[in-house]
Amino acid sequence: MSGLLSSSIARKFAMALSALFLIFFLLMHVSINLLSIFSEDAFNVASHFMGTNPLIQFLMQPILIIGVVFHFVMGFILELKNRKAVGVHKYVKNNGAANSTWMSRNMIYSGLAILLFIVIHFLDFWIPELKYKYVEVLPEEPTRYYHEMVEKFHNPIKVGVYVVAFVFLALHLLHGFMSAFQSMGLNNKYTKTFERCAKAYSIVIPGLFIFIAIFHYFNQ
Amino acid sequence: MMNLTLKIWRQKDANDKGQMVDYKVTDISEHMSFLEMMDVLNEQLVNSGDQPVAFDHDCREGICGMCSLYINGEAHGPDRGITTCQLHMRMFNDGDTITIEPWRASAFPVIKDLIVDRMSFERIQQAGGFISVNTSGNTQDANAIPISKHAADEAMDAAACIGCGACVATCKNSSAMLFVGAKVSQYALLPQGQVEAADRVKNMVEQMDLEGFGNCTNTGACEIECPKGISLENIARMNREFLSASLKG
Ligand code: SF4
Ligand code: FES
Repeated sequence: MSGLLSSSIARKFAMALSALFLIFFLLMHVSINLLSIFSEDAFNVASHFMGTNPLIQFLMQPILIIGVVFHFVMGFILELKNRKAVGVHKYVKNNGAANSTWMSRNMIYSGLAILLFIVIHFLDFWIPELKYKYVEVLPEEPTRYYHEMVEKFHNPIKVGVYVVAFVFLALHLLHGFMSAFQSMGLNNKYTKTFERCAKAYSIVIPGLFIFIAIFHYFNQ
Repeated sequence: MMNLTLKIWRQKDANDKGQMVDYKVTDISEHMSFLEMMDVLNEQLVNSGDQPVAFDHDCREGICGMCSLYINGEAHGPDRGITTCQLHMRMFNDGDTITIEPWRASAFPVIKDLIVDRMSFERIQQAGGFISVNTSGNTQDANAIPISKHAADEAMDAAACIGCGACVATCKNSSAMLFVGAKVSQYALLPQGQVEAADRVKNMVEQMDLEGFGNCTNTGACEIECPKGISLENIARMNREFLSASLKG
């Protein structure tokens, strides 16, 4: 990462931009998932559209993947650089809780948990979907999505993993959302209001994902 | 009066491996400052023919930024808005064990015991933490330039930074952004500083990165531990200044 991303502030900015993009993506994702609670048909229509629209498939999807990969790779690069900056000598006694939140000090771990989940999620949802569409080239079945999804949520282990992953996402967002604004240089009289909105978002969005999973589990 | 156990980092010189050593001090008055307690310990060590513990200090009234010390896991100890020289023994209790360590960061190597080399801060300052004034004999009176009260206040708050390095010491990433943010802001907010603002922020950030300070992840620990209450707003301002200066080329 040379050139544009060679300075610490530019890296922070890039990290924040990719974060805000992913935060926006979460909103879209949860909106579609929510449809599954209200109407099987609506969920199928939305999923079919997302799954077959060329603009989404061949433009938005690659951008999303680049965004996800960039955010993770940059996160690891920053973590390694920061570990180097701290050096080999660590404090014998360090009272981090006195001046910062657990979330802010453990972004790399909540991030790793989310990465793990994304890998599982890809294997579980995305790869079969790609296989269906592009490898086996099975006929389009605009009504298959709802059942495919509900089926997955009937497995208690999957639901458990899902819930834990979204708790980590909430923890990650609780620090990350506001942190992105600060990195982009936004810190002014509206900061407190922003902070409240960001906190609400960080709890409500993962909460909805969890609710949807549990809803389908009990709605067998 | 208090009897205390001190766990102190001892290191002969920059190349020594160093280790924590336990000491006992007795009859410490709660009216003493923390550094006076350290003086008592050192007197004790000198009298018994041992090497005194080396630690930085100068003004002992919270204005020079020389004193440091990571006390019980916190930069400048458990109190807020103060330097180590302003820390009082009344913050501790009889029988306490107090852990005393030097600032830890790659860019602040230990020279001896509790003293670290903070020249990296000086080099950042030299990279741009000033305004160029040509003393041609007809220099304009600074008061002739109108400055809003708000800008003057904010610049003054940023200028309160004493360069102690507690922000770096407390940061989990050893980032120097609060310090550099304060130094960039104190000039960027004033007309005299704005002339060189773009070069200043680029050069200071470049030097900060060269020195091996880490990347800020906005934990906010620095703001809480800073003895001068330097606000995180200064980091956001530096980010803005840097991004717009970089875009302008
Ligand atoms: S910003 Fe605060 S903690 Fe950092 S060097 Fe300045 S006075 Fe010390
Ligand atoms: S000795 Fe000067 S600030 Fe503490």
